[in-house]
Amino acid sequence: MEKHTTCSFSDLSSNLGISCFIAFITIILVRVIYVIYRTGKPLSKRSPQQPLSTLIVLGSGGHTAEMINLLLVLQKDRFTPRFYIAAATDNMSLQKTRVLENSWADSSGIKGISAEFMQIYRSREVGQSYVTSVWTTLVATVRALWLMIKIRPQVVLCNGPGTCFPLCLIAFIFKVTGIRWSSIFYVESIARVKKLSLSGLLLYKLQIADQFFVQWPQLQRKYPQAHYVGCLM
Amino acid sequence: MGESLDGVKGKRVVFVTVGTTCFDALVKVVDSQEVKDELLRRGYTNLLIQMGRGSYLPTKSTGDDGSLAVDYFTFSSSIAEYLKSASLVISHAGSGSIFETMRLGKPLIVVVNEDLMDNHQSELAEELAERKHLYCARPPTLHLTIASMDLKSLVPYSPGDATPVAKLINRFLGFPED
Repeated sequence: MEKHTTCSFSDLSSNLGISCFIAFITIILVRVIYVIYRTGKPLSKRSPQQPLSTLIVLGSGGHTAEMINLLLVLQKDRFTPRFYIAAATDNMSLQKTRVLENSWADSSGIKGISAEFMQIYRSREVGQSYVTSVWTTLVATVRALWLMIKIRPQVVLCNGPGTCFPLCLIAFIFKVTGIRWSSIFYVESIARVKKLSLSGLLLYKLQIADQFFVQWPQLQRKYPQAHYVGCLM
Repeated sequence: MGESLDGVKGKRVVFVTVGTTCFDALVKVVDSQEVKDELLRRGYTNLLIQMGRGSYLPTKSTGDDGSLAVDYFTFSSSIAEYLKSASLVISHAGSGSIFETMRLGKPLIVVVNEDLMDNHQSELAEELAERKHLYCARPPTLHLTIASMDLKSLVPYSPGDATPVAKLINRFLGFPED
Protein backbone atom coordinates (compact mmCIF):
# COMPACT_ATOMS: atom_id res chain seq x y z
CA MET A 1 0.00 0.00 0.00
CA GLU A 2 2.72 2.40 1.13
CA LYS A 3 4.70 1.40 -1.84
CA HIS A 4 1.73 2.17 -4.01
CA THR A 5 1.32 5.78 -2.67
CA THR A 6 5.01 6.61 -3.13
CA CYS A 7 4.73 5.29 -6.55
CA SER A 8 1.72 7.42 -7.40
CA PHE A 9 3.34 10.47 -5.78
CA SER A 10 6.43 10.09 -7.93
CA ASP A 11 4.10 9.55 -10.88
CA LEU A 12 2.40 12.81 -10.04
CA SER A 13 5.63 14.79 -9.67
CA SER A 14 7.07 13.41 -12.87
CA ASN A 15 3.78 14.22 -14.59
CA LEU A 16 4.04 17.75 -13.26
CA GLY A 17 7.62 17.99 -14.50
CA ILE A 18 6.64 16.77 -17.92
CA SER A 19 3.69 19.17 -18.02
CA CYS A 20 5.90 22.12 -17.09
CA PHE A 21 8.42 21.06 -19.70
CA ILE A 22 5.74 20.73 -22.36
CA ALA A 23 4.27 24.11 -21.39
CA PHE A 24 7.72 25.70 -21.59
CA ILE A 25 8.44 24.20 -24.99
CA THR A 26 5.00 25.26 -26.21
CA ILE A 27 5.55 28.86 -25.08
CA ILE A 28 8.94 28.94 -26.82
CA LEU A 29 7.47 27.41 -29.97
CA VAL A 30 4.56 29.84 -30.04
CA ARG A 31 7.00 32.70 -29.59
CA VAL A 32 9.28 31.38 -32.36
CA ILE A 33 6.29 31.07 -34.68
CA TYR A 34 5.20 34.60 -33.76
CA VAL A 35 8.69 35.97 -34.44
CA ILE A 36 8.86 34.16 -37.78
CA TYR A 37 5.38 35.50 -38.60
CA ARG A 38 6.47 39.04 -37.73
CA THR A 39 9.78 38.67 -39.59
CA GLY A 40 9.57 40.35 -42.96
CA LYS A 41 6.68 42.58 -41.88
CA PRO A 42 7.68 46.26 -42.06
CA LEU A 43 8.02 48.15 -38.79
CA SER A 44 5.01 50.38 -38.29
CA LYS A 45 4.70 51.54 -34.68
CA ARG A 46 7.89 53.54 -34.68
CA SER A 47 8.73 57.20 -34.54
CA PRO A 48 10.28 57.77 -37.97
CA GLN A 49 12.82 60.30 -36.71
CA GLN A 50 14.45 57.97 -34.21
CA PRO A 51 17.86 56.62 -35.32
CA LEU A 52 18.54 52.91 -35.12
CA SER A 53 21.66 51.25 -33.75
CA THR A 54 23.11 49.25 -36.61
CA LEU A 55 25.36 46.25 -36.77
CA ILE A 56 27.30 45.92 -40.01
CA VAL A 57 28.89 42.54 -40.64
CA LEU A 58 31.93 42.77 -42.89
CA GLY A 59 33.45 40.01 -44.95
CA SER A 60 36.74 40.00 -46.78
CA GLY A 61 37.65 41.75 -50.05
CA GLY A 62 34.67 41.74 -52.37
CA HIS A 63 32.09 41.47 -49.59
CA THR A 64 33.38 44.64 -47.93
CA ALA A 65 33.46 46.55 -51.20
CA GLU A 66 29.77 45.69 -51.74
CA MET A 67 28.87 46.68 -48.18
CA ILE A 68 30.69 50.01 -48.52
CA ASN A 69 28.69 50.73 -51.69
CA LEU A 70 25.52 50.18 -49.68
CA LEU A 71 26.73 52.27 -46.72
CA LEU A 72 27.52 55.14 -49.07
CA VAL A 73 23.85 55.51 -49.99
CA LEU A 74 22.32 54.89 -46.54
CA GLN A 75 21.53 57.97 -44.44
CA LYS A 76 24.16 58.18 -41.72
CA ASP A 77 21.85 59.98 -39.26
CA ARG A 78 19.25 57.21 -39.46
CA PHE A 79 21.59 54.31 -38.93
CA THR A 80 23.53 55.36 -35.87
CA PRO A 81 25.48 54.35 -33.84
CA ARG A 82 27.16 51.88 -36.17
CA PHE A 83 28.99 48.77 -35.03
CA TYR A 84 31.30 47.05 -37.48
CA ILE A 85 32.28 43.43 -37.02
CA ALA A 86 34.86 41.68 -39.18
CA ALA A 87 36.74 38.40 -38.99
CA ALA A 88 39.84 38.44 -36.77
CA THR A 89 41.91 37.30 -39.75
CA ASP A 90 40.75 40.23 -41.84
CA ASN A 91 42.31 43.58 -40.94
CA MET A 92 41.70 45.18 -44.31
CA SER A 93 37.92 45.40 -43.99
CA LEU A 94 37.91 47.23 -40.66
CA GLN A 95 40.65 49.50 -41.98
CA LYS A 96 38.60 50.38 -45.05
CA THR A 97 35.46 51.15 -43.06
CA ARG A 98 37.49 53.18 -40.55
CA VAL A 99 38.71 55.34 -43.40
CA LEU A 100 35.09 55.69 -44.57
CA GLU A 101 33.83 56.64 -41.10
CA ASN A 102 36.66 59.16 -40.65
CA SER A 103 35.82 60.80 -43.97
CA TRP A 104 32.18 61.14 -42.88
CA ALA A 105 33.24 62.60 -39.53
CA ASP A 106 35.48 65.10 -41.32
CA SER A 107 32.82 66.17 -43.79
CA SER A 108 30.10 66.55 -41.17
CA GLY A 109 32.45 68.42 -38.83
CA ILE A 110 31.26 66.46 -35.82
CA LYS A 111 34.00 65.41 -33.46
CA GLY A 112 34.04 61.79 -32.38
CA ILE A 113 32.62 59.11 -34.62
CA SER A 114 29.46 57.20 -33.77
CA ALA A 115 31.09 53.98 -34.91
CA GLU A 116 32.78 51.07 -33.18
CA PHE A 117 34.93 48.36 -34.70
CA MET A 118 35.09 44.79 -33.42
CA GLN A 119 36.51 41.45 -34.44
CA ILE A 120 35.06 37.97 -34.45
CA TYR A 121 36.31 34.49 -35.35
CA ARG A 122 35.32 33.08 -38.67
CA SER A 123 32.89 30.18 -38.72
CA ARG A 124 34.56 28.85 -41.84
CA GLU A 125 37.73 29.87 -43.64
CA VAL A 126 37.72 29.74 -47.44
CA GLY A 127 38.56 26.17 -48.37
CA GLN A 128 37.87 24.67 -44.92
CA SER A 129 35.81 21.47 -44.90
CA TYR A 130 32.21 21.55 -43.74
CA VAL A 131 32.90 18.91 -41.06
CA THR A 132 35.53 20.90 -39.13
CA SER A 133 33.52 24.06 -39.65
CA VAL A 134 30.94 22.68 -37.15
CA TRP A 135 33.44 23.16 -34.30
CA THR A 136 34.78 26.50 -35.50
CA THR A 137 31.22 27.75 -35.89
CA LEU A 138 30.60 26.90 -32.21
CA VAL A 139 33.65 28.86 -31.04
CA ALA A 140 32.64 31.78 -33.24
CA THR A 141 29.14 31.67 -31.75
CA VAL A 142 30.35 32.11 -28.14
CA ARG A 143 32.41 35.15 -29.08
CA ALA A 144 29.55 36.46 -31.21
CA LEU A 145 27.12 36.08 -28.27
CA TRP A 146 29.35 38.19 -26.05
CA LEU A 147 29.61 40.98 -28.63
CA MET A 148 25.89 40.87 -29.42
CA ILE A 149 24.96 41.20 -25.75
CA LYS A 150 27.07 44.35 -25.67
CA ILE A 151 25.68 45.79 -28.93
CA ARG A 152 22.03 44.65 -29.00
CA PRO A 153 21.51 46.17 -32.49
CA GLN A 154 18.15 47.26 -33.88
CA VAL A 155 19.31 46.76 -37.44
CA VAL A 156 21.62 44.05 -38.77
CA LEU A 157 23.17 44.51 -42.21
CA CYS A 158 25.11 41.65 -43.74
CA ASN A 159 26.10 40.45 -47.15
CA GLY A 160 27.32 36.95 -47.10
CA PRO A 161 30.49 36.22 -45.15
CA GLY A 162 30.38 33.08 -42.97
CA THR A 163 30.68 35.29 -39.88
CA CYS A 164 27.21 36.67 -40.37
CA PHE A 165 25.22 33.51 -39.67
CA PRO A 166 26.00 33.20 -35.93
CA LEU A 167 25.34 36.92 -35.49
CA CYS A 168 21.99 36.75 -37.25
CA LEU A 169 21.02 33.65 -35.28
CA ILE A 170 21.77 35.49 -32.03
CA ALA A 171 19.78 38.50 -33.21
CA PHE A 172 16.90 36.11 -33.91
CA ILE A 173 17.21 34.56 -30.42
CA PHE A 174 17.15 38.08 -28.96
CA LYS A 175 13.87 38.60 -30.81
CA VAL A 176 12.41 35.35 -29.48
CA THR A 177 13.47 36.04 -25.90
CA GLY A 178 12.43 39.68 -26.03
CA ILE A 179 15.94 41.01 -25.34
CA ARG A 180 15.89 43.15 -28.46
CA TRP A 181 13.72 43.38 -31.57
CA SER A 182 15.86 43.85 -34.65
CA SER A 183 15.43 43.96 -38.40
CA ILE A 184 17.83 41.74 -40.27
CA PHE A 185 18.79 42.61 -43.85
CA TYR A 186 20.79 40.19 -45.91
CA VAL A 187 22.25 41.04 -49.31
CA GLU A 188 23.57 37.96 -51.07
CA SER A 189 27.00 38.60 -52.51
CA ILE A 190 27.30 39.57 -56.16
CA ALA A 191 29.53 36.51 -56.55
CA ARG A 192 26.45 34.30 -56.12
CA VAL A 193 24.73 34.02 -59.45
CA LYS A 194 23.03 30.63 -59.48
CA LYS A 195 23.27 29.30 -55.92
CA LEU A 196 22.98 30.96 -52.52
CA SER A 197 25.93 30.86 -50.14
CA LEU A 198 25.63 28.59 -47.11
CA SER A 199 24.92 31.59 -44.84
CA GLY A 200 22.38 32.92 -47.31
CA LEU A 201 20.64 29.57 -47.71
CA LEU A 202 20.35 29.11 -43.93
CA LEU A 203 19.01 32.63 -43.37
CA TYR A 204 16.55 32.20 -46.22
CA LYS A 205 15.29 28.74 -45.29
CA LEU A 206 15.08 29.47 -41.56
CA GLN A 207 13.34 32.77 -42.35
CA ILE A 208 15.72 34.67 -40.09
CA ALA A 209 16.30 37.57 -42.48
CA ASP A 210 13.55 40.18 -42.58
CA GLN A 211 14.52 41.16 -46.09
CA PHE A 212 16.63 39.05 -48.36
CA PHE A 213 18.21 40.71 -51.39
CA VAL A 214 19.84 39.06 -54.40
CA GLN A 215 21.82 40.73 -57.17
CA TRP A 216 21.02 38.40 -60.07
CA PRO A 217 17.61 37.65 -61.56
CA GLN A 218 18.38 33.91 -61.80
CA LEU A 219 18.59 33.70 -58.01
CA GLN A 220 15.33 35.54 -57.50
CA ARG A 221 13.55 33.06 -59.78
CA LYS A 222 14.93 30.23 -57.67
CA TYR A 223 14.21 31.91 -54.33
CA PRO A 224 10.95 33.81 -54.87
CA GLN A 225 10.86 35.42 -51.40
CA ALA A 226 14.07 37.29 -52.22
CA HIS A 227 14.07 40.82 -53.61
CA TYR A 228 16.03 41.33 -56.82
CA VAL A 229 17.90 44.62 -56.55
CA GLY A 230 20.44 44.56 -59.38
CA CYS A 231 24.18 44.76 -58.96
CA LEU A 232 25.69 46.71 -56.07
CA MET A 233 29.10 46.87 -57.70
CA MET B 1 46.54 43.22 -82.97
CA GLY B 2 44.07 46.04 -82.96
CA GLU B 3 43.99 46.42 -79.17
CA SER B 4 44.57 49.73 -77.44
CA LEU B 5 48.19 50.76 -77.34
CA ASP B 6 48.20 52.56 -74.02
CA GLY B 7 51.30 52.43 -71.83
CA VAL B 8 54.51 54.34 -72.12
CA LYS B 9 56.98 53.94 -74.99
CA GLY B 10 55.14 51.04 -76.52
CA LYS B 11 55.30 49.23 -73.20
CA ARG B 12 52.28 46.97 -72.95
CA VAL B 13 51.96 45.43 -69.53
CA VAL B 14 50.03 42.32 -68.65
CA PHE B 15 49.20 42.46 -64.94
CA VAL B 16 48.40 39.16 -63.23
CA THR B 17 46.74 39.27 -59.81
CA VAL B 18 45.71 36.52 -57.40
CA GLY B 19 44.56 38.92 -54.64
CA THR B 20 45.09 37.60 -51.13
CA THR B 21 44.70 34.00 -52.24
CA CYS B 22 47.17 31.25 -52.99
CA PHE B 23 46.79 30.35 -56.64
CA ASP B 24 50.04 28.74 -57.79
CA ALA B 25 48.30 27.09 -60.73
CA LEU B 26 47.71 30.54 -62.25
CA VAL B 27 51.21 31.86 -61.50
CA LYS B 28 52.69 28.68 -62.97
CA VAL B 29 50.63 28.85 -66.13
CA VAL B 30 51.36 32.52 -66.87
CA ASP B 31 55.03 31.68 -66.36
CA SER B 32 54.79 28.85 -68.89
CA GLN B 33 56.45 29.27 -72.28
CA GLU B 34 53.15 28.57 -74.01
CA VAL B 35 51.40 31.55 -72.41
CA LYS B 36 54.41 33.87 -72.58
CA ASP B 37 54.82 33.14 -76.30
CA GLU B 38 51.16 33.85 -76.91
CA LEU B 39 51.33 37.16 -74.99
CA LEU B 40 54.39 38.20 -76.98
CA ARG B 41 52.61 37.31 -80.20
CA ARG B 42 49.67 39.51 -79.17
CA GLY B 43 52.05 42.45 -78.73
CA TYR B 44 52.51 42.56 -74.99
CA THR B 45 55.96 43.44 -73.71
CA ASN B 46 55.84 43.07 -69.93
CA LEU B 47 54.41 40.52 -67.53
CA LEU B 48 53.95 41.64 -63.93
CA ILE B 49 52.69 39.04 -61.47
CA GLN B 50 51.17 39.69 -58.06
CA MET B 51 51.56 36.18 -56.64
CA GLY B 52 49.94 36.51 -53.20
CA ARG B 53 50.43 33.67 -50.77
CA GLY B 54 51.62 31.21 -53.39
CA SER B 55 55.01 29.49 -53.17
CA TYR B 56 55.81 29.09 -56.86
CA LEU B 57 58.32 31.74 -57.95
CA PRO B 58 58.23 32.73 -61.61
CA THR B 59 61.48 33.24 -63.52
CA LYS B 60 62.35 36.93 -63.69
CA SER B 61 63.47 38.29 -67.01
CA THR B 62 64.51 41.74 -68.22
CA GLY B 63 63.23 41.00 -71.70
CA ASP B 64 66.37 42.42 -73.33
CA ASP B 65 66.56 39.53 -75.78
CA GLY B 66 63.20 40.39 -77.27
CA SER B 67 61.33 38.05 -74.98
CA LEU B 68 58.62 39.05 -72.50
CA ALA B 69 59.94 40.99 -69.47
CA VAL B 70 58.78 39.19 -66.34
CA ASP B 71 58.64 40.55 -62.80
CA TYR B 72 56.68 39.60 -59.69
CA PHE B 73 55.82 40.65 -56.12
CA THR B 74 53.73 39.13 -53.34
CA PHE B 75 51.43 41.88 -52.09
CA SER B 76 50.79 45.58 -52.47
CA SER B 77 48.52 47.72 -50.31
CA SER B 78 46.83 49.01 -53.43
CA ILE B 79 46.90 47.26 -56.77
CA ALA B 80 45.02 50.15 -58.38
CA GLU B 81 48.21 51.70 -59.83
CA TYR B 82 49.23 48.40 -61.40
CA LEU B 83 45.75 47.93 -62.85
CA LYS B 84 45.79 51.45 -64.30
CA SER B 85 49.11 50.94 -66.06
CA ALA B 86 48.13 47.55 -67.47
CA SER B 87 46.99 46.87 -71.04
CA LEU B 88 45.58 43.49 -70.07
CA VAL B 89 44.66 42.08 -66.67
CA ILE B 90 44.64 38.39 -65.86
CA SER B 91 42.95 37.88 -62.51
CA HIS B 92 41.73 35.25 -60.09
CA ALA B 93 37.95 35.07 -59.82
CA GLY B 94 37.54 37.19 -56.65
CA SER B 95 34.76 39.72 -57.09
CA GLY B 96 36.90 42.55 -55.67
CA SER B 97 39.57 42.22 -58.36
CA ILE B 98 37.01 41.64 -61.10
CA PHE B 99 34.97 44.76 -60.41
CA GLU B 100 37.99 46.97 -59.72
CA THR B 101 39.44 46.00 -63.11
CA MET B 102 36.16 46.42 -64.98
CA ARG B 103 35.57 49.81 -63.37
CA LEU B 104 38.92 50.94 -64.81
CA GLY B 105 37.78 49.70 -68.20
CA LYS B 106 40.71 47.32 -68.57
CA PRO B 107 40.44 44.17 -70.69
CA LEU B 108 40.22 41.24 -68.32
CA ILE B 109 40.70 37.49 -68.40
CA VAL B 110 39.46 35.79 -65.25
CA VAL B 111 41.07 32.46 -64.47
CA VAL B 112 38.98 30.20 -62.24
CA ASN B 113 40.79 28.29 -59.50
CA GLU B 114 39.76 24.69 -60.07
CA ASP B 115 41.25 23.55 -56.74
CA LEU B 116 38.82 25.40 -54.46
CA MET B 117 36.44 23.15 -52.52
CA ASP B 118 33.30 25.22 -52.92
CA ASN B 119 33.85 26.63 -56.34
CA HIS B 120 31.09 29.17 -56.59
CA GLN B 121 33.56 31.73 -57.94
CA SER B 122 33.23 30.48 -61.49
CA GLU B 123 29.54 31.52 -61.40
CA LEU B 124 30.32 35.22 -61.42
CA ALA B 125 33.10 34.99 -64.00
CA GLU B 126 30.97 32.85 -66.31
CA GLU B 127 27.96 35.15 -65.98
CA LEU B 128 30.07 38.23 -66.76
CA ALA B 129 31.75 36.37 -69.64
CA GLU B 130 28.33 35.52 -71.04
CA ARG B 131 27.50 39.22 -70.92
CA LYS B 132 30.79 39.86 -72.76
CA HIS B 133 32.33 42.01 -70.01
CA LEU B 134 35.38 39.77 -69.71
CA TYR B 135 36.91 36.46 -70.78
CA CYS B 136 36.78 33.45 -68.52
CA ALA B 137 39.42 30.71 -68.60
CA ARG B 138 40.86 27.82 -66.59
CA PRO B 139 44.63 27.44 -66.14
CA PRO B 140 44.99 24.78 -68.88
CA THR B 141 43.03 26.83 -71.43
CA LEU B 142 44.50 30.27 -70.72
CA HIS B 143 46.83 30.26 -73.74
CA LEU B 144 43.89 29.43 -76.02
CA THR B 145 41.88 32.33 -74.61
CA ILE B 146 44.80 34.72 -75.14
CA ALA B 147 45.23 33.49 -78.71
CA SER B 148 41.56 33.81 -79.65
CA MET B 149 40.40 36.86 -77.66
CA ASP B 150 39.05 39.90 -79.45
CA LEU B 151 39.28 42.76 -76.96
CA LYS B 152 37.25 45.09 -79.15
CA SER B 153 34.22 42.85 -78.75
CA LEU B 154 34.19 43.31 -74.96
CA VAL B 155 31.26 45.33 -73.63
CA PRO B 156 32.14 48.03 -71.04
CA TYR B 157 30.61 47.33 -67.64
CA SER B 158 28.39 50.05 -66.24
CA PRO B 159 28.77 50.15 -62.44
CA GLY B 160 25.87 49.01 -60.29
CA ASP B 161 23.82 51.00 -57.86
CA ALA B 162 22.96 50.35 -54.21
CA THR B 163 20.06 52.80 -53.98
CA PRO B 164 17.33 50.17 -54.66
CA VAL B 165 18.50 48.22 -51.59
CA ALA B 166 18.73 51.37 -49.49
CA LYS B 167 15.21 52.36 -50.53
CA LEU B 168 13.74 48.99 -49.54
CA ILE B 169 15.58 49.03 -46.20
CA ASN B 170 14.37 52.56 -45.42
CA ARG B 171 10.80 51.71 -46.36
CA PHE B 172 10.87 48.56 -44.23
CA LEU B 173 12.09 50.50 -41.21
CA GLY B 174 9.44 53.17 -41.63
CA PHE B 175 11.78 56.00 -42.59
CA PRO B 176 10.21 58.59 -44.87
CA GLU B 177 11.10 58.41 -48.55
CA ASP B 178 13.21 61.23 -49.86
